[in-house]
Amino acid sequence: METLTFHHKTVTPAGGAKAQALVGVVASGNLEVLVERTLPPAECTVEIATTAHGFGDIWRAVVGDFVARYPAGGLRMSINDGGARPDTVALRLAQGVRLIEEDAL
Amino acid sequence: MSKPDWGTERAARGERLAAAGSLAKGKIVDSADVTALLEAVIRPGDRVCLEGDNQKQADLLAVALAGVDRTKVFDLHMVQSGVVLPEHLDVFETGVAKRLDYAYSGPQAARIARMLFGGKIELGAVHTYLELFARYFIDLTPNVALIAAVSADRDGNLYTGPNTEDTPTVVEATAFKSGIVIAQVNAIVDKVPRVDIPGDRVNFIVEAGKPFYVEPLFTRDPGAITEMQILTAMLAIKGIYAEYGVKRLNHGIGFSTAAIELLLPTFAEKLGLKGKIATHWALNPHPTLIPAIESGWVTQIHSFGSEVGMDDYIAARSDVYFTGADGSLRSNRAFCQTAGLYACDMFIGSTLQIDLQGNSSTVTTSRIAGFGGAPNMGSDPRGRRHASAPWLKAGEEADPDSPAALRRGRKLVVQIGETFGDGNVPMFVEHLDALVLAEKLSLDLAPVMIYADDVTHIVTEEGVANLLLCRDKDEREQAVRGVAGYTDVGRGRDAKMVQRLRERGVIRRPEDLGVDPLDADRSLLAAKSIKDLVRWSGGLYAPPSKFRNW
Repeated sequence: METLTFHHKTVTPAGGAKAQALVGVVASGNLEVLVERTLPPAECTVEIATTAHGFGDIWRAVVGDFVARYPAGGLRMSINDGGARPDTVALRLAQGVRLIEEDAL
Repeated sequence: MSKPDWGTERAARGERLAAAGSLAKGKIVDSADVTALLEAVIRPGDRVCLEGDNQKQADLLAVALAGVDRTKVFDLHMVQSGVVLPEHLDVFETGVAKRLDYAYSGPQAARIARMLFGGKIELGAVHTYLELFARYFIDLTPNVALIAAVSADRDGNLYTGPNTEDTPTVVEATAFKSGIVIAQVNAIVDKVPRVDIPGDRVNFIVEAGKPFYVEPLFTRDPGAITEMQILTAMLAIKGIYAEYGVKRLNHGIGFSTAAIELLLPTFAEKLGLKGKIATHWALNPHPTLIPAIESGWVTQIHSFGSEVGMDDYIAARSDVYFTGADGSLRSNRAFCQTAGLYACDMFIGSTLQIDLQGNSSTVTTSRIAGFGGAPNMGSDPRGRRHASAPWLKAGEEADPDSPAALRRGRKLVVQIGETFGDGNVPMFVEHLDALVLAEKLSLDLAPVMIYADDVTHIVTEEGVANLLLCRDKDEREQAVRGVAGYTDVGRGRDAKMVQRLRERGVIRRPEDLGVDPLDADRSLLAAKSIKDLVRWSGGLYAPPSKFRNW
């Protein structure tokens, strides 16, 4: 297991008011993302625990693009990765932001 | 000058038939005597076509050929479209066969690579189906053809059933050039349901007592389609099918194109595209097209072969499929490949590797799967062709400055796939493994499947690259890199140039096409499982057991 942490300064805080959201599943080629609104609104942290070693550069690129494209301020995102493809990671992160933006039912 | 001795081929055929004489009752040979029959009629060094393509297999004859006495039968030159069964390669291990010209070797891809490296096989070339068929009539005419059919009557008339496939082509080339045709049939009957091969082209028939093997190659379980494949399919539908109004087309095998088929009655129907795209097909009977057919999307389909479990459905949908007087499908690989080449405006399929200019190949250093029909349908035939709206539009994009009436159109050749394939292996590479292989085997040509100058579009989850709009090599490279995602090739892009290409519409991102990646959801699939496909077919589709998971 390899753990990676990326801290980013963000421009736009995440929408909505939900405190927490969970997307994806831990499975081979997939991942689970726990999204928590616990940080100051201008910060985003992505923590990754992955079974696949040596992909730090790709994670850095995926997380960098995600923070640039989506309003992720205030979010702490914890990833439990089962060796997902980078494109799947990007999709799950975006899904996490959408889910926490949604009004609680 | 001595007078030529005309008639030697016919005389030789007479001798071969005479050698087999005592083994046959009329044309019928007992299955216990097949190996002896092959030893009697095949001569060392003969060109032999053992029928096997990517679907049906003359499996009984393959086993019999692998069992011949190799002091009698050796050094054969196999000219067959598919290397699929273990016996197809066993003959090279034993020395019965020496040289190979073929088109497809999916299930034997790893073993054929090992045997080529080990010098066990002398390779002629890896062909497309249509190309190999063409050579059957010019310089690779079989001396003996070993074929498969469903049934035969005592005169040798053959019924090939829904899987007619290569048989008419193989028999035409062999029988009319003094060759010997031997057919294995599931059963010998008094009257065949329809005559697919006239009996006077068939010399011997062998009752196998069981159906020939058919590989279910074109069945994709909707249950395994991912959100990324759905996203890629959405981009293709909006960015290419709708953009060019593609009505006449061929789909390769793969999950991305299966996803497109399952999005027609849902996503594409909502876009108002019914009747405007995907109406006329050169396509095997893909189970994943059932929902579109049932929803009235499809006008007609001509098929290369059949597909396991689809026969009853096809027979009940003769308004769509080509069927015989007996009611069942009539497929024909040579005609369907021709249709895919000349009468379709688009080929869309997957690959394993794409390089910086857009050359693609399914060959990797340890697997040589061959290409089947993809290099044929995935190419622009270039010669004079009738005009059609998609073909003209693509031609104009590639060459806006020529006068319209003198400008060639372009066939759309689309490569679709995810940036990373199975096992996180990148689809985009700096150099194709095919080049390494060519060097290792001292081949004159690298086994490229689709050449860069034929490819018009590349679609990935990151977007659509329109290579028709690229004006030089650098633009082309950046267009490829620009849809290559987080692969090394993708991360090596010139971001500013990619941005300029995007402004010109050379690269189109999901948001440029009005597609939200978060909408790519399995709920968009018209069928989410094999069971759903059975339901759509009204119970007519009977999937093979390996796809029944309920």
